[in-house]
Amino acid sequence: MNINIIEESHCSIVQVEGELDASSSVQLDDSLQEVLNKENTNILVDFNSLEYISSPGIGVFTSRIEDCQKADIHIVLYGMKDKVFSVFKILGLDQLLPIVKTKEQAKERLHELQHKS
Amino acid sequence: MSFSTRVNCQTESLRDIRNFVEDALLKLKVPEQDRNLLVVAVDEVCANRMIHSCLNDNSEKIEVIIKKLGKKLVFEIIDNGEHFNIAEYTEPSIEKVIKEKSAGGIGLILVKKIVDQIQLETKGKKNICRLFKILAM
Repeated sequence: MNINIIEESHCSIVQVEGELDASSSVQLDDSLQEVLNKENTNILVDFNSLEYISSPGIGVFTSRIEDCQKADIHIVLYGMKDKVFSVFKILGLDQLLPIVKTKEQAKERLHELQHKS
Repeated sequence: MSFSTRVNCQTESLRDIRNFVEDALLKLKVPEQDRNLLVVAVDEVCANRMIHSCLNDNSEKIEVIIKKLGKKLVFEIIDNGEHFNIAEYTEPSIEKVIKEKSAGGIGLILVKKIVDQIQLETKGKKNICRLFKILAM
């Protein structure tokens, strides 16, 4: 699995490539924490090149929902392939996490979330 | 028709298990949506056994057998690790998992949502976890 972090104005983009399972999720967890520690920035997670996800990968996001809400930080997920989205959906997380199709939609959603908070 | 594989009991072998399950389900003409989720269910049980029961010990082996009996798919996951009855474990709700900021429990929620039945059998040192899925095809 590869992770690329791109800094853009008002947010960081975390690109996740490959497969996210019990042997690789620690890497994403560390990268995400690194971005959150660096500065309290909003994060867009690009799933376009993610081929697979299982529970440890999902846990990287669910374990941060409460802390991010308290810190007024937003994480928006975008570009999921159907097989990745179906894992979020079967858990009901499509209703609890901001998940959209494109980067443009992700930026719009982030904008909406910032104005709501 | 049945398919089987045997790999080291460590999480680095999970990709081999997923490829094996995907190939077998393709040969059995299981529809893509079911196939993708069943790969996740088997991966979750194997990861759980590897981490919590076999303690990621690469001298131990884990075996996966897939059988199709009419519309019923049977997945057998066999290892010699510590006994843990996944079928009797009450999984938390996803809301509780979020509140407790823990990733624990999500895997078992997924398995129980994906398959129709889970059965556990212990034969001597051997643990056999069976997942059953009735296909709509």
